[in-house]
Amino acid sequence: MSANLIAISYLVASVLFILSLKGLSHPLTARRGNVFGIAGMAIAVATTLAIAHRIDIALAMLGAGGVAGVVIARRVQMTQMPELVAAMHSLVGLAAVLIAIAVLGDPQAFSVEYPIPVGNRVELFIGTFVGAITFSGSVIAFGKLAGLGKYGRLFSSAPVTFKGQHFVNLALAFFMLGSGIVFTIESPAQQWPPFLMMTAIAFLLGVLIIIPIGGADMPVVISMLNSYSGWAAAGIGFSLNNSMLIIAGSLVGSSGAILSYIMCRAMNRSFFSVILGGFGGAEGAVAGGGRQTVNAGSAEDAAFLLANAESVVIVPGYGLAVGRAQHAVKEMTDKLTARGVNVRYAVHPVAGRMPGHMNVLLAEADVPYEQVVEMDDINSDFGSTDVAFVLGANDVVNPLAAQPGSPIYGMPILEVHKAKTVVVNKRSMAAGYAGVDNPLFYMDRTMMVFGDAKKVVEDIVKALE
Amino acid sequence: MTEAVDPTIVNVTVFVLAVFVGYHVVWNVTPALHTPLMSVTNAISSVVVVGAILAAGSSTAGYGPLIGAIAVALVAVNTFGGFLVTQRMLGMFKKKERKTGRK
Repeated sequence: MSANLIAISYLVASVLFILSLKGLSHPLTARRGNVFGIAGMAIAVATTLAIAHRIDIALAMLGAGGVAGVVIARRVQMTQMPELVAAMHSLVGLAAVLIAIAVLGDPQAFSVEYPIPVGNRVELFIGTFVGAITFSGSVIAFGKLAGLGKYGRLFSSAPVTFKGQHFVNLALAFFMLGSGIVFTIESPAQQWPPFLMMTAIAFLLGVLIIIPIGGADMPVVISMLNSYSGWAAAGIGFSLNNSMLIIAGSLVGSSGAILSYIMCRAMNRSFFSVILGGFGGAEGAVAGGGRQTVNAGSAEDAAFLLANAESVVIVPGYGLAVGRAQHAVKEMTDKLTARGVNVRYAVHPVAGRMPGHMNVLLAEADVPYEQVVEMDDINSDFGSTDVAFVLGANDVVNPLAAQPGSPIYGMPILEVHKAKTVVVNKRSMAAGYAGVDNPLFYMDRTMMVFGDAKKVVEDIVKALE
Repeated sequence: MTEAVDPTIVNVTVFVLAVFVGYHVVWNVTPALHTPLMSVTNAISSVVVVGAILAAGSSTAGYGPLIGAIAVALVAVNTFGGFLVTQRMLGMFKKKERKTGRK
């Protein structure tokens, strides 16, 4: 295959990758978009197989990894998507490091000059350390998301902090950069020690960067690692002078960066305060302490309110997903819709543990996506809503966000407190991740229904019959 | 100016343009599909498999092919799993759309 033909195939693959992301602008075109992505990947892999010296090993390994991927993709629960994505980021990161090692050992196999030009070495250095940080950081993130805290403190969902943490990270980062600079200017015979040193420090840094970040900030962490995995791929593309890898990597990198930004904005946190960590681990200090009274009601009371409403907005939080109550909620919605009640779902950007997670969980329960409304589109409707039903959400409906001086001041919220009646289901009166009391619960128009989300919703369904 | 352009400059040109394209395309993604966006970008980033295949298939003796082979197996999990799980998720969104259409 001529070099030009290869370049053109890679260009076609790159365009298909762009089209696959473009397809996600609407649920109707999304599946076609994914098919474009698959086609692009098939072209990229086929072209590369055609130019490789031998393909038997590669084919066998593609088969082995592919079978594992297919099995995992079929079995994974939708609630486990964050863990799966974190695990997959780690694989891309590790592969980037391995490829960099192979390039360094035998540049000619990749049509890279020997000795490797300084420009390519800088790129190799960047691709490697970003890949290494992606790998170890994603492993920690996976552990935190999968609840492996009991197997090691590093995986604890609470922030792991120690004195001088930021100083240690900074010192390591400088040391890593130093090794990288030595690597780029050293003669080829001397390049391995600084390269390995740099890689080892990067692995360590990945761990140290993620451990202080608490459970509540996980949506940002996943998005950030998503971004890193893209930049790592782009870095490898730079060192191999491969435009397709650069394009694909940049698409992924910018996508992850934008998602991180969206998540930070939705939590009203600056990116740096998330990275510096130490937030979001407080195990909900018990709020109120009997200072104020709440109106507690039963599931039957809630059913009565819901059945007699004209419009209902359900606000699902992660508590709903944990309790696996989505299907019961869908059943309740069907019952209410049959009675002529207009039911919609309001989704906050950080509902769930990764961007868009709640939408997928609702889609899994067969909730039509037309009923699912984003925060900015539904906030103006709460004033004319008869019943807002909050299921397992807390901070994202806390009206204190509008009050200067409150710890969550400025955070965009779903304005459920404007609804005529508010029904809140919670397991207890514990405060949310932010550890802030929620005045919504003490309003006269609010009725609290305590208990497990699934149990409560099932009781409501029964009462509606 | 007759000398050839340094490959690094070409790479940077491609990179900058790709970031621009990525920025504009991703802002148009509907928030409801952010999770599939993440899984599909994950699958796309597994295109580094290209480098791994070259390493696994290099004709030279040594550890290069071995390392390449490991990398191919690791990334192939994403290549196949990433697109498949995305398809599965998007299928959930699609299913509803048909159902409501029938009503």
